[in-house]
Amino acid sequence: MPPVNMATQVVQMLAGALLLISFAMLAERRSRRLLILLVWQGVVLVTSTVLVAASAHLTHLYYSAALTLLLKVCVLPLILFRLMRKLGIERDNEPLVNVPTLMLVGLCLVIFAFGLAQPVTALATTVLRKTLGIAIAVILLSFLMILARRKAFTQVIGFLSLENGLFFAATTTTYGMPMVVELGMALDLLVAVFIFGIFFFHIREQFDSLDLDQLESLKED
Amino acid sequence: MTAVAYVWQVGECLLAIALAPLFAGWVGQCRAWLQNRSAPPLWQPYLILRKLFHKDAALATDASWLFRLAPYVVFSTMVVAAAIIPSVTTDLPLARVADAIALVGVFATGRVFISLAAMDIGTAFGSMGARREMMVGFLAEPALLMVLFSAFMTHGSTALPEMVEGLLSQPHIVLHPSLFFSGVAFVMVLLAENARLPVDNPSTHLELTMIHEAMILEYSARHLALLEWASWLKLFNYACIGFALFMPWGIALHGASAGLLALAIAALLAKLVVAGAALALFETLSAKLRLFRAPEFLTMAFLFAVLGLLVYLLLGA
Amino acid sequence: MHVVSALTTTTPLTGLLVLVASWLLIGALGLVQPNRIGWVARTLFPLGALVALGVAGMGAMSLTPGFAAQSSVLALGLPDMPFHVRLDALSGFFLLLLGSAGAGISIFAAGYFRQGEGTAPGLLCLQYHVFLASMALVVLADDAYLFMVAWETMALSSYFLVVTQHRIPEIRRAGFLYLLMAHVGALGILLSFGVLQGGSWQMTFDAMRAAHLTPAWASAAFVLALFGFGAKAGLVPLHVWLPEAHPAAPSPVSAMMSGLMLKVGVYGLLRVSWDLLHAGPWWWGLLTLGLGLGTALYGAIFAAVQTDMKRLLAYSSIENIGLIFAGIGLALLCRSFDMRLLAALALAAALIHSFNHAFFKSLLFLVTGSVMHATGERSLGKLGGLIRYMPWVAALALIGSLAIAGLPPLNGFVSEWLLLQAFLQTPRIPHAFLNMIVPLGAALVALTAALAGYVMVKFYGVIFLGQPRERALENARDAGWLERFGLSWLALGCVLIGVFPQVALDVVGRITLQLVGTTVRRGPSPWWMTPITSSQTSYSGLWLWVGLLLVIGATFVLVRRIYHGRVRRTPPWDCGYPWQTPRMQDSSEGFGQPIRHLFGPVFRMQRELPHPSDPKPKYRVLVQEHFWHQLYLPLARLVQRTAERVTILQGGRLSTYLLYSFMTLILLLVWVL
Repeated sequence: MPPVNMATQVVQMLAGALLLISFAMLAERRSRRLLILLVWQGVVLVTSTVLVAASAHLTHLYYSAALTLLLKVCVLPLILFRLMRKLGIERDNEPLVNVPTLMLVGLCLVIFAFGLAQPVTALATTVLRKTLGIAIAVILLSFLMILARRKAFTQVIGFLSLENGLFFAATTTTYGMPMVVELGMALDLLVAVFIFGIFFFHIREQFDSLDLDQLESLKED
Repeated sequence: MTAVAYVWQVGECLLAIALAPLFAGWVGQCRAWLQNRSAPPLWQPYLILRKLFHKDAALATDASWLFRLAPYVVFSTMVVAAAIIPSVTTDLPLARVADAIALVGVFATGRVFISLAAMDIGTAFGSMGARREMMVGFLAEPALLMVLFSAFMTHGSTALPEMVEGLLSQPHIVLHPSLFFSGVAFVMVLLAENARLPVDNPSTHLELTMIHEAMILEYSARHLALLEWASWLKLFNYACIGFALFMPWGIALHGASAGLLALAIAALLAKLVVAGAALALFETLSAKLRLFRAPEFLTMAFLFAVLGLLVYLLLGA
Repeated sequence: MHVVSALTTTTPLTGLLVLVASWLLIGALGLVQPNRIGWVARTLFPLGALVALGVAGMGAMSLTPGFAAQSSVLALGLPDMPFHVRLDALSGFFLLLLGSAGAGISIFAAGYFRQGEGTAPGLLCLQYHVFLASMALVVLADDAYLFMVAWETMALSSYFLVVTQHRIPEIRRAGFLYLLMAHVGALGILLSFGVLQGGSWQMTFDAMRAAHLTPAWASAAFVLALFGFGAKAGLVPLHVWLPEAHPAAPSPVSAMMSGLMLKVGVYGLLRVSWDLLHAGPWWWGLLTLGLGLGTALYGAIFAAVQTDMKRLLAYSSIENIGLIFAGIGLALLCRSFDMRLLAALALAAALIHSFNHAFFKSLLFLVTGSVMHATGERSLGKLGGLIRYMPWVAALALIGSLAIAGLPPLNGFVSEWLLLQAFLQTPRIPHAFLNMIVPLGAALVALTAALAGYVMVKFYGVIFLGQPRERALENARDAGWLERFGLSWLALGCVLIGVFPQVALDVVGRITLQLVGTTVRRGPSPWWMTPITSSQTSYSGLWLWVGLLLVIGATFVLVRRIYHGRVRRTPPWDCGYPWQTPRMQDSSEGFGQPIRHLFGPVFRMQRELPHPSDPKPKYRVLVQEHFWHQLYLPLARLVQRTAERVTILQGGRLSTYLLYSFMTLILLLVWVL
């Protein structure tokens, strides 16, 4: 059996796994488990990039995969773990709306994303273009996660998951982005996480909690 | 439909009835080992059945005919389900009677009857068990149906033997992302419907935490024996459905020789050993969910099943 | 010879007209001695049942293969617009439904109606039979004029039936709401017919079939028809009258309204969208499908939290009507893509479900009638344990409940199976977005079916099982023989359709042949159902019954033979707490609590929770619909305010009115100039 076919199938399975992880992140309450899911997302991303690189014989994707491995699987989670421990936020994390409703909204977003992807899929040229729908779905679900959470920490994780979705979309539909763009994005991510960390400390000092609803009290009435 | 096929049909049924308590015993043994205690013998369920059948049935004074009929109906639905599911061979002439949707319906019939029987006595436990069982059931049943639908889409038929034959006849291994989602959903539904952790603890004796046990609280002797047997059969049936959909290798096809059938039985036993161990492991690693987290668990299962369908429609795989 | 052949060829239609006239006659005879129960109930109602059987027979005759549609013109009506009637496969099917279910209901009613319940029995007989006759005429009508006349008669006679116990204000209110919604719907239907005649100003259906409408006008006609017939059938959000009117009416009337009248609404939509209109755009089907699925889920969710047994059944009717409309919507969708076989399958599912629903819903409403007569209670919180005191009713109610829950091997499962099979084929729809969305409808259908099971366990368990929640329930006696006969008739129908689903499919095949142009594949024998191909999927109700009964029998015999069958009676398990009362079992609110918890935002709930320091702690929960408070009440207030503005015109002074007339005269003169 030609290896390309097998690789395509595995990447499609990984796309499915990516969607699964996004849904699990939507429903997950504890910060620690969320972070572990984010790490798994990174691993899936690295694996799929390597497979796409192998099957399409594109060396720059290998560098992409290495960068992703370094940043998204090692450095960023480490920073976030330490942040989590310093802030002491390992407790239960209720979303704004209850979980089943959130899952239903998520499902509607997935349907929308799949429907959206179909005309675009016709334009793309890669073998894996059908997974664009899943990538868009991951992006929309991450948006939903950012919207539906109270605590700032989970919103950062949602932001990172969003970026993961974008990366996956780029890899499968257009075989990656120009290296300059990728390096720039990686740097942006790193800086953003640092800044988030600093902000968290400030917010907690001000309000004694990371509940973003408290920010409303800053309003002038 | 040859006479031999009918013989194998009945044989598969009897095999299911005979093996189900053994499977339950094996899961119990694995759990005991994982919990670092010495296990009862593997054939303990058979001894339990024998003990129960010998006893006098102690019925509540107000029990009606429905209460006495229900164990037979529930047992019979599970046996009929075992006749439809291809566990050893796909050459099942009676499987044309009911397809996958009817299979789900047959499970539902069993569930409805046992819930009604639980409400018959009129104590708080029975009605509580019935309410909880229906709550779990009304989400688990559509999830199971959606899992079977995704499988239908991939294989093109709602008749289970045809599905198995379709999967086995493909020349090389094909990975279906949609079946991945369906598999996750199926495992979640299996846990919920068979009253396993994290939805329900099968070995609990605290009434407030019971779902399945609360419904059979009033039963004794042969009725209880039949109900226990039926719940073991249900677990066996679900395991066989899982094998048929996701791991069908080893199932004998149409017109197979006796040798292949023996091989199929051996394959089934091997799969059951692995599945039982995996089930025990999963149960030991999970904590029981609060009761109102159970619908969330099942909603996730339902949504994964629907997602599996969607992914199939998107990817064509 | 010619007379005989003329007789045989025109018999079904003329026979039907004769039977309908005899219904009217029976009704009129009720007025002869309006207060004698023996005359009305024991004689006239059974006669009406016989007539109903005749109607069913005539309807069945029109469903035989090779039957050509018959039409005729009656010498009634206006000079220029006589009544046209027509008997074809579609109307024959609904007449079969009407007659067979109506026969069972009439027999039950013969044993049910008693002295001194509001309206005089003779008057009730008149209203009842006029209701039946008008429904038959709606189905037979071949022009808009007769259709509307019969429709209005149906609405009016059913209104009088609903307010039979008119001394109770809630019932009057419910009747008023019902009449209002019926007329709102009738307005929609009338407008739809107005659009359908397409400029020819001929109101006959033949003219409408030949009319060529632009797509915009065709869509307008469709939407108006969906509105009008949906209001009658109980489509959300036009369903608000159903949960009020069905409980208010006496049980045989509820059975007729739920089992028969709602189907007449379905018939109307089928007639307009399949026969009078030709293939339209796909959004017609999608709209109907979406409304149907939403209605089904809505009805099921609300049924699960009801505490009044008849309201629960009313919401369950809404759920089933939603499923029927979903099937019709799917069929319309497939028709617009020219997928004929799939359209036939979906249409077959919808039609068989209509038939099934007529049987099992009537059965359950009649059961509630017996329960109410025996116990005097309607609220689920005051019933329980009736299986011991009313064994016949309980056994027949079990068949009905299992049928509604869609459990094999009864009839409810057959139509759900067909609907799901239809949904399974939908990924073949050649539209990019639809072929993804429509299969998800199967998920909603599955969810609704599972919820229906929940609702029925609650219904049956709280009424018949457990302990009686009131002492007085121990005096309940089982239903009389007439009532039992009626219930058995309906239960038998449920079982037979479950056992011989292919027969139902064949019968329905004539209709799909007429409407869609193709029919679902025939199975090899009456008890195998293989709608697509036998290798793809099949179902046999008979063999499933046989299998289940065989195993039950074998188990029973084996256990008794190998072991024993001894029984001891003991008190139930009380966990060491000896003061068990019947109130400790789940109430209907308790049984519906998981649904209330899970689907909270769907309800409008008001709860009163007890305080720890209350001397008499009380728990109260009131579950209402959002639609009522957020759609209908504001609408009613708007109408009220507009009316008040308009009354400013009525100054009350004579000079103002004379001024109006004078101004109108001046204006007309100016205009003429």
